[in-house]
Amino acid sequence: MSKQHLPLWEVFVRSRRGLDHKHIGSLHAADAEQALLAARDTYTRRQEGVSIWVVRSSDIHASQFEDEGAFFEPAADKIYRHPTFYDVPEELKL
Amino acid sequence: MDNPNHSAEQARFDAIIAAEEKIEPRDWMPEKYRRNLVRQISQHAHSEVVGQLPEGNWITRAPTLRRKATLLAKVQDEAGHGLYLYSAAETLGVSREQMVDDLLAGRAKYASIFNYPTLSWADVGAIGWLVDGAAIVNQISLCRTSYGPYARAMVRICKEESFHQRQGYEIMQTLAAGSTGQKAMAQDALERWWWPTLMMFGPHDAESAHTQQSMQWKIKRQSNDELRQKFVDQTVEQARHIGLEIPDPALRWNEERGHYDFGEIDWDEFQRVLNGNGPCNRQRIGARREAHEQGGWVREAMLAHADKQRRRAAGRAA
Repeated sequence: MSKQHLPLWEVFVRSRRGLDHKHIGSLHAADAEQALLAARDTYTRRQEGVSIWVVRSSDIHASQFEDEGAFFEPAADKIYRHPTFYDVPEELKL
Repeated sequence: MDNPNHSAEQARFDAIIAAEEKIEPRDWMPEKYRRNLVRQISQHAHSEVVGQLPEGNWITRAPTLRRKATLLAKVQDEAGHGLYLYSAAETLGVSREQMVDDLLAGRAKYASIFNYPTLSWADVGAIGWLVDGAAIVNQISLCRTSYGPYARAMVRICKEESFHQRQGYEIMQTLAAGSTGQKAMAQDALERWWWPTLMMFGPHDAESAHTQQSMQWKIKRQSNDELRQKFVDQTVEQARHIGLEIPDPALRWNEERGHYDFGEIDWDEFQRVLNGNGPCNRQRIGARREAHEQGGWVREAMLAHADKQRRRAAGRAA
């Protein structure tokens, strides 16, 4: 019997046309085709989606939680990126 | 058309459009629909990118730190908007390199408004207020476009664009409430930017080459003239509020239509600028080429660095 593990896949589902695919969960499968079938059977049993993406989990590179402060810090003090920072009359529909 | 599979695909495509649903990248679509979208989305992307140049001119000369930070953030947003749009176009099978080449070679169009110079600080205000204001009118309408990735890019862009218009109006408001000279500067900017802004909506509906087909496919949701009218109607009040005068003697409220009437655009000027002979066409493309060439070493260095990391990792594994 093979000791090889089935690789992990991340599953993204588009709930309807016009919306982005959203991460919904993960599963193990030997290849992309199997992963798509398993994702359909696992995550769209109640018509949750019209399209599925599967991506090998090892192909996803993520920012680190412990780096969150330093990584996202540059955005925190830039309140001028928000429309409410500007003082214009509300009745003018700007 | 005699291919039965093809007409089944066409029928499905038509049904999706008729049902106000979105076409997504892997759906079958008529080749002309695809080409039409590539043209429109890439032109839109180029406009965001070239649109950085007139304002970039004033970053080092912004009158206060607050204005400078704002202008930097705005120009940075425009670069991001170009990126969203190039990515949307790439889902249609056209490469980023091809689109950039087309722009740099002068084969691609972009909004002709960015071929006008920014002569004073008030121009930064006028661009935010008028040019971004006009872009928002157009882009809000495009949030309902029939191609999914384009519609989603528009939603993100509209969300970010609101601050652009408000900061521009705030600049105009401040200048208009300032000294006589400052108010004159604001009025002068309005006079120079008003007509080119109205041209942004494109030719009259009857003259527009792509409008009819684009409306049928729901790529465009409102016609050039409808959008232009909407912009004029909302902007007249805003000008009046800060005591600036729109340079159009024909501008008056039409009770019957429930809209403002306004004068005729100088279409010769529109064609001249569109065909490459506006005040700054050569300068804009020249600046883009120079930036692209001068950025070449950065792209090379990024690839060389990634390659080195890969070789190191391979060395450790061996």
